[in-house]
Amino acid sequence: MPIRAFWRDIRFLQVLGQVIFILLLALAAGFLYANVSANLARQGLTVGYGFITNPASFDIGESYIPYELSDSYGRAILVGLVNTLVVSALGIVLTTIVGIIAGIARLSSNWLIRRLAAAYVGVIRNTPLIIQLMFWYFGIILQLPAVRAAVALPGPVYLTQRGLYLPWYEAMPTFDSWKMYVWLALASIVIIWIIFRVLQNRSSLPIPLWWYLAYILVPVLILWIGFILQPEPPLMASIPELTGLNFRGGLRWTPEFAALLFGLVVYTGAFIAEIVRAGIQAISRGQVEAARSLGLTTGQTLRLIILPQALRVIIPPLTSQYLNLAKNSSLAIAIGYPDLFSIAQTVINQTGAVLEVIVIMMLSYLSMSLFTSLLMNIYNNRVRLVER
Amino acid sequence: MTAIEMQPPPLTVGPLAWLRKNLFSTWYNAVLTLAVLWLLYALLYPAIQWALTEARWGVIEANLTLFMIGQYPRDQLWRIWLAVYMLGGMMGLSWGVWREAARGFAFIALGAGIAFALIGLLLNSDVWINWLIAAAILLALYAFGRFLPRRGASIASLGWLLYFPLVLLLIAGTPLTPWLSSVPSRLWGGLLLTLMLTIVGNFGALPLGILLALGRRSKLPIVRYFSIGYIELIRGVPLVSILFMANLLVPYFLPVNVQPPDTVIRVMIGFILFEAAYQAENVRGGLQSINRGQFEAAQALGLSGALTMTFIILPQALRAVIPALFNSFISLFKDTSLAAIVGLFELLRIGRAVLAQSDWLGTHREVFLFLFTVYLGFSMAFTYGSRRLEEALGVGRR
Repeated sequence: MPIRAFWRDIRFLQVLGQVIFILLLALAAGFLYANVSANLARQGLTVGYGFITNPASFDIGESYIPYELSDSYGRAILVGLVNTLVVSALGIVLTTIVGIIAGIARLSSNWLIRRLAAAYVGVIRNTPLIIQLMFWYFGIILQLPAVRAAVALPGPVYLTQRGLYLPWYEAMPTFDSWKMYVWLALASIVIIWIIFRVLQNRSSLPIPLWWYLAYILVPVLILWIGFILQPEPPLMASIPELTGLNFRGGLRWTPEFAALLFGLVVYTGAFIAEIVRAGIQAISRGQVEAARSLGLTTGQTLRLIILPQALRVIIPPLTSQYLNLAKNSSLAIAIGYPDLFSIAQTVINQTGAVLEVIVIMMLSYLSMSLFTSLLMNIYNNRVRLVER
Repeated sequence: MTAIEMQPPPLTVGPLAWLRKNLFSTWYNAVLTLAVLWLLYALLYPAIQWALTEARWGVIEANLTLFMIGQYPRDQLWRIWLAVYMLGGMMGLSWGVWREAARGFAFIALGAGIAFALIGLLLNSDVWINWLIAAAILLALYAFGRFLPRRGASIASLGWLLYFPLVLLLIAGTPLTPWLSSVPSRLWGGLLLTLMLTIVGNFGALPLGILLALGRRSKLPIVRYFSIGYIELIRGVPLVSILFMANLLVPYFLPVNVQPPDTVIRVMIGFILFEAAYQAENVRGGLQSINRGQFEAAQALGLSGALTMTFIILPQALRAVIPALFNSFISLFKDTSLAAIVGLFELLRIGRAVLAQSDWLGTHREVFLFLFTVYLGFSMAFTYGSRRLEEALGVGRR
């Protein structure tokens, strides 16, 4: 057997290729590193995270964790991160609802609703989100009437140029002892789920549909028992009321938060609607007909045949829409909601620590993205087709 | 003989039957229809009333040139018009040569030319003649293309290949040519800048995207992990933060004695780096759709790995992902509005500048609705044209 020259050996070439690639990469990295350090030295800047404990001394419009002017830059960035997380989490929940409704509406047998949903999806998907946000903020919310002439919607929800006022609850002193029942209620849901699984595995008959009511009734019962056992009610409804020049009570959403949340939900909802429509249309009619001929009811067909198959098509693109929503929340800067990106920019302007803050910001967004896709991948693995 | 009383058959044609079938088929459909009609009335009636009486649409008319080209020197307008004429010419030529495939885009271009000419006439502006010339050039080159000898396709391809660099050169100018003086990029603005960012971002990202897609499928682990790392990193962070980073960090990454480029160039670099990751994923989808047999057949013919890729695999893969590439073209077109955050005077930022003019304070709705129309019009026209092209090419059917 002739011995092949080593420079024609594919294994050698592969190693050589990778070595050359690493060398090129190292050269490029070295070149950039040298440039960065030379530029920093020329400007007399040093890289380091020392600034992070210095007092930030700038004001932040809204915050879900305590923050004051004397807090550190690190705390300020954390406030921004929490603000981003709050708007993203709430946005994901609401946009899923909007998207599913609009997606089903696109397939409605009602011509008007079908057309309306198509118009919504077409217009929203073809215009930039940032302009939509600015339109909602400057064009609609800031031009709402003043507090005195607030637009009242049922609820009561009040729309004013100073924000949205919603009914909310108020924790009473007995709230802390009632918390235990909240945990108990959550635990009961898990226990019911386990019991149902065991029952399902033991018998071939499906669990009667009305048994599923236990998921709602048992936790509510536990909460209610806890409620009446307290000496005074742990929660009081807090209704916004116009007293003097301002609203008292209830929950206030700032105009910035309301515009950002509304804009993100409307925008992402249009994309989710298309995903939902495609998922439903991907199921062939034969599946429904086969389910009928097996004697399944409409509810069972939907629950056992259509949804599991549609979800399989829907989940992967839905995940990327959720990620898009979280990333798009960085457009908050255009309307002045203090999210992670906008606070990072303020910190950069104040400290000049460009590299350091950008690294923190990028890592935060990246870990949010990776965490969300991890969760959705776990879920996706549960619903996906199990092949032989 | 007794006459049998028979019910007339239910109506199946006519407007009433249509209404019953599509709007009032069941009781809940009827309720839904009425509720939606009421909602539409409650929302649309004040909106239309506002648009017809209160809205100050003068803000758009007064600033139309600003919206279109920003601060581009007004004595250099002929360059823009030349670029428009050339576009009309290329559209006409392609239509004549490729017929079906380019017809969608050509119709849109012709329609837009004529519509803008009419709008110009209505607004008493003398631009109508320019639009008419562009439309005429389109038609003339269509006729020329139809009767071009067989080499027409290669001429048109070469034309498109040269068109974008030429237009870039025409608009930017060079310091060396006195008759084509250089226009600094900070003077580019409005729709012109939006389109330039879109085109540079897309075409600049395509080669990088192809390389990354090939890298992601490479057998060499280091190359593969590098590509995966790059793609996932870029896709995991918001575009604004990449633009922001490009704007702030590009000067740091250049050697000390090199003059850092303008913000426009920096942002273009940011767009290219961003778009490359997304196009890499598109191209990868195309590569995965290629049958193994294609590789094996190329190998059997004695083609090397590089030749197989260039002449066998990539042409098929890119053809398969034409729809995806068009989609990312449109989404980048929308995303260019984010450049406003780092201070470029593209459409949105011009809009904000207009809103700051003391004559037009508080015209937010008018300005933003105008911007919506521009983006919507472009996206829909582009979608229409690309769908016709895909149909003619038979993408997804063969």
